[in-house]
Parts: sequence; structure tokens; C-alpha cells
Amino acid sequence: MASPETVASTDEFIKGLWRENPVFVQVLGMCPVLAVTNSGINALSMGLATTFVIVLSNTLVSTLRNFIPKEVRIATFILIIATFVTVVDYLIQAISLEIHRALGAFISLIVVNCLILGRAEAFASKNGVGPSVMDGLGMGIGFTFALLCLGGVREILGSGTLFGLALFPAGFQPWVVMILPSGGFFTLGILLLVFNRIKLRQDEKATPLREVTS
Amino acid sequence: MSDEALGTIFLNACLVNNFVLAYFLGICPFLGVSAKLETATRMGGAVCFVMLVSSVCAFGINQLLIAINAPYLQLISYIVVIASTVQLVEMFIKKISPALFRQLGIFLPLITTNCAILGLALFQTNKGYDFLQCIVYALGAGVGFTLALVLMAGIREKLELATVPQLVQGTAITLIIAGILSLSFMGFAGLGA
Repeated sequence: MASPETVASTDEFIKGLWRENPVFVQVLGMCPVLAVTNSGINALSMGLATTFVIVLSNTLVSTLRNFIPKEVRIATFILIIATFVTVVDYLIQAISLEIHRALGAFISLIVVNCLILGRAEAFASKNGVGPSVMDGLGMGIGFTFALLCLGGVREILGSGTLFGLALFPAGFQPWVVMILPSGGFFTLGILLLVFNRIKLRQDEKATPLREVTS
Repeated sequence: MSDEALGTIFLNACLVNNFVLAYFLGICPFLGVSAKLETATRMGGAVCFVMLVSSVCAFGINQLLIAINAPYLQLISYIVVIASTVQLVEMFIKKISPALFRQLGIFLPLITTNCAILGLALFQTNKGYDFLQCIVYALGAGVGFTLALVLMAGIREKLELATVPQLVQGTAITLIIAGILSLSFMGFAGLGA
């Protein structure tokens, strides 16, 4: 038997993946979602960088939650986040200069990803360290998953490759629009549609007799 | 140092590489506040102002950071400056027009986390613009942001009169409109290049 506490933390972890997926359900952190998803590898590195920042900032915020005065909490959160983003920026530069160049200013822009500040404010500042880490991890992975969905679709259709591997025979005409900015809007719009559809289906299944009884 | 002409910088920031439709910066307020034309215009004005002030401050800070050789403080000091400017604008609007203050609601403090503003500060540093170029760049970006916001609000007001299937209502249809808008802005490519 799992203790109630582990059940709670697993739940914090899982909710970020699907039920409260940051991109598809909460529609948070849109800028990096659209901007860097023109290829799978960019999407993956962005997702991992964001996960790193969100887990660490959640940890620190929930550790310090009793020491931060309420009036200056947002400023404090932003400073904590900015510190970790600077760390990640230099880290990526050290690991792969190529990815750093591809993501450009968008690594620094993780600071203003509403998702991270949102989690710090809505979750980490009210909960203990354990659940906060799980929450950050879940949200981060859910975010990475959404980025990968978008990046995958856009790279397959826009360049005919996935993570740089050619998928189609030589005759394939890539849909250039998909790697252009507008492709990002279209893909995300359509993915949201699919997500809505699935959710509507589930709701219908859960309450099949609502029409009759009401 | 960059030696681009001022007009080119303005056109570039405003139309060719529109911050919202080409760089995807500031999508949150773009989707959030674009339901009504009036709010959109005023939001655009507030963002313009914050952009201008924080661009000037960022230029100064950057010179200082180069002088004391501490580039790793760049990000942290930029965000602090932006947060204080937003606070200033918030107090100003609350005093001048409480009605507008209520309309903008949560999106006013959220200008702090508007990527367009931090993005502007970072881009102008990367491009090595001088003082005058920075101001023109900030103006162009602000006007471009307002333009995108107002266009979007206009379309969405019209959309309220149309029948939209339940499935695509809300964010999905907004995103698809934004995609079409972004496509049409592609037509400006090559204008100032």
C-alpha cells in the first residue's frame, strides 16, 4: 500500500502531464511554445531547460516561503527565476554552442514564461518542498511533451525530417509555411482543437444521461 | 556597433519582424486582452510606454555592466528595471483612470512578464544599437505590438457576430486567426531589408 503522502505527490506529478497540462489546458507560456518549435531538437532542449528552471525555482520558493514578505513576493520570485535562468543559459552554452545559437534570446526569455511564475505563486509558495518538486517536474514534463508535439508536427511537415532524420522519399515537397511563424499558430490551434475534442468526448462519456435527466 | 538607418530599424521592428506575429513575443496579452477594441488600444499604449522607458534604462544598465565587467547580471537587472517601470505605470493608471485600471485587470501587472519587453531589451543589446537607435527600435516594437493587438481585436469583435462551432470557440479560433494575420504580415518581408 502506498501511503497517502506518496499518492498525493504522484498526483501532483501526474496532473501536470495531462489534466492540467500547461500548454493545452492552461494555455500558459505561449511565447516559447510557438517560437522555438520549428524543429524537434529545439523543442526538446527548450522543454528540458524550462523543466530545470521550474523544478529548481519551485524548490527554492517553497523552501523560503515562510521568509518572503507577502508584499515583495512576486519580485522575489522573479529574481529567483532569473538567477536559475542565467545558470541554464551558461550551462547550455557550455554543452552545445549550436543549440544555444538556435534558441538565441529565447533561453533568457524563460524568465518571463508565465508558467514558471504561475507555479511559484499558485503552488510552491503554499506547499512543502516535496510536493512542489513533484509539481514542478510534472508541469515541466507536460510542457516538454506539448513542445515536442508541436515541434514534431512542424518539423515533419515543414522540413520532412524528425530530429534531423529524413522521413520521406526525395520527392516530398516540404510545407514551408509550417516552419514559418504562421505555421506555429496554425499547428497550436489545430492541436488545441484535437485536445478539446478528446475532452468533450470524455465529458460526454462521463455524463451520458445529462440531457435526459435535466 | 550597428549602423542601420533609423527608418529601417523602425520599419523592421514594426512590420517586417513584428514582435507578436514574427517573434511570438507577448502572446499572452495578445490572446488575453484582444477581445475588445478599446481595451486593446489602451493596453498597446501602456506597453509602448513601458517599452520606451525600459529600453532607455536597459541601454544605461548595459553600459554600466560593460564598465564593471559583469555581463552575467544582465538578465537579473533588466527584469528588475522592467518590474519597477510596470509598477510605476500601474500607479499612474490607477490615479488617472480607475475604470481603465479595472478593465486591464490582471494583465497590467502581467506586463512585467510580457516577453516582448524583456525581448526588446535583450535584442537591442545583442544588436549593439546606440542610444538613438534603441529609442527608435523601442518605438517601432511598441507600435508594432499595438498594431497587432488592435487588428486582432477588430477581427474578434466581428467574430462575435458570426456563428463559430462550439469545438473551435475560444483559444483555438483565435490562434488560427493569428496564423492568418501572421501570414499576411509575411508580405512585408523584404520591405526594409
